[in-house]
Amino acid sequence: MDLELSEKLQNVVDGLSEQFSDSFIEVYQSSGDTFIQVKSDAIVEICTYLKEEQHFIYLTDLFGIDRFTSNDRFEIAYNLISLRDRERFFLKTRLPEENPEIASVADIWRAASWLEREVYDMFGVTFTEHPDFRRIFMPEDFDYFPMRKEFPLLGIPGSIELPSTTPDTE
Amino acid sequence: MDTKHIKDQVDPKFFKEHQEKLYQALEDKHTTIEKMDDEDPLGTKMILNMGPQHPATHGVLRLILQLNGELIEKAKLDIGYLHRGVEKIAENKTYQEFMPYTDRMDYLSPYSNNVALCTAVEKIANVEVPERAHYIRMIGCELARISSHLLWLGTMVMDAGAVSFFIWTFREREKLYDIFDNIGGHRFTISHARIGGVANDLTDDAMAMIKDFVNEFPQELKDFHGLLDRNRIFFDRNREVGVLSPERALEIGATGPTLRASGYAYDLRDFEPYARYDEVDFEVPTRLEGDNLARYYVRMEEMHESIRIIRQCLDKLPKGPVRTDNAKQAYPSKDEVYYSMEGMIHDFMMTDTGICPPEGEEAYHAVEGPKGELGYYIQSDGTGHPWRLKINSPSFKNLQALEDLLDGEMVADTVVIIGGVDPVMGEADK
Repeated sequence: MDLELSEKLQNVVDGLSEQFSDSFIEVYQSSGDTFIQVKSDAIVEICTYLKEEQHFIYLTDLFGIDRFTSNDRFEIAYNLISLRDRERFFLKTRLPEENPEIASVADIWRAASWLEREVYDMFGVTFTEHPDFRRIFMPEDFDYFPMRKEFPLLGIPGSIELPSTTPDTE
Repeated sequence: MDTKHIKDQVDPKFFKEHQEKLYQALEDKHTTIEKMDDEDPLGTKMILNMGPQHPATHGVLRLILQLNGELIEKAKLDIGYLHRGVEKIAENKTYQEFMPYTDRMDYLSPYSNNVALCTAVEKIANVEVPERAHYIRMIGCELARISSHLLWLGTMVMDAGAVSFFIWTFREREKLYDIFDNIGGHRFTISHARIGGVANDLTDDAMAMIKDFVNEFPQELKDFHGLLDRNRIFFDRNREVGVLSPERALEIGATGPTLRASGYAYDLRDFEPYARYDEVDFEVPTRLEGDNLARYYVRMEEMHESIRIIRQCLDKLPKGPVRTDNAKQAYPSKDEVYYSMEGMIHDFMMTDTGICPPEGEEAYHAVEGPKGELGYYIQSDGTGHPWRLKINSPSFKNLQALEDLLDGEMVADTVVIIGGVDPVMGEADK
């Protein structure tokens, strides 16, 4: 497929494939959005480069995708914006099914802190060196990761103890 | 109080592990900077648990505040009390079926939510939207923005101490509800947008009501300004309260009026124009102070701009269909459904299977909701249901900014700051 990259994004792709040739996998476009796929081991260095050198100073979103495939099951996407160049693109990286683990980027963009907690809460992806690593929507007492494809839509009965309706009597 | 063992002193009745971790997180919050005293002879330190059932928190937001006298030393937010798993639900619904759920996300501006979903689906499935539908959507979105900002204005001023104001803004919102009732048949959860256009054209009645509103509202807005702009109490309670510096606002991911009040003119209508926002004339109000008063000015000016946009839309409103007539992409009109067999089959197919974007496509489209960037990321597997649908909700990110903002403020200002950031829990908790 032919790519129609703007000058700025071409610059980003060139920079990444030069400086991180081991980690850079591919760049593709879908419905007009640009996605850059990289390996997960150098994510902190790549994000630091994008923020410091390419001026992608605003992280608007970070989310997980369950691909439900046997290898590289989980995908993390970073939605990055450069306000100066008026550009948006997605950085993507894949993680294995067993012990999905990736370094946190909360030190680079503090906005990532809650977004990473949400990914952990919903998919069970662990972010190492996160400043405050807890679940965010579900209580800690909950043992499952609801956005994984195998989690049933109706939930698991009895998986969470509901608060007593008459708290004074216990 | 021995602050080293907060969690030993509280006795949570439910979700024990969750509460323990929450108190632990409060204890751990920038411990590197502050050295806690074990000695507190005057007993000024306390942990205040605010919410989730607290009228000033705009829903079910829970705050854990560590106070020293009247000063908030540090704060932690606990959200998720309204978590309904709409992203999971979306994976099990057709795109059109999912739309009523978006009404219940940011329930103060359902129209923007509907449009945000529709534009994202239209982007991934390559649907052409007729010109007239674009303009109707813009009118709806701007009315929704005014409605949302009016609620913010009423509650925020009420939080600052003026209760009667709330009634006045609600009188204006009542007019907007009547307009929405006339546009789409619902006052609150409208679901008027459809994939490929809108459900029905504006009636003459609705047109007349919108025109009346556009003519009368600027005077009301002027009166609001007159009551608040030079009001000593309002001024003192908001100025230099909850200051968010530009760098910090961007860093923490604030969005919408909260970010614009801190100096960044980031508005999706201007940044990546959708619908026909590139054909109307409007300004993006910004302020540099980053305090609560700046957020007030930004939102007030946004209402002015919204009126300007609606006026231009009414002038430009082209004639023509309001929904694409491609049978694979959009619902037929109700006339066809009731009076022809083909129409009924078509309607059935749309409800049963729905629109099927190409396999493996992914798309992200964001609109400028009243609270900020409201984006939908959709990944398709070729069926009528999305494989993954991620909602980028502005309130979630603004709440994260709030957690940062509260440190070092006075406890009496908490409600005013929450009011200024204007979170909606339905959206933040998804």
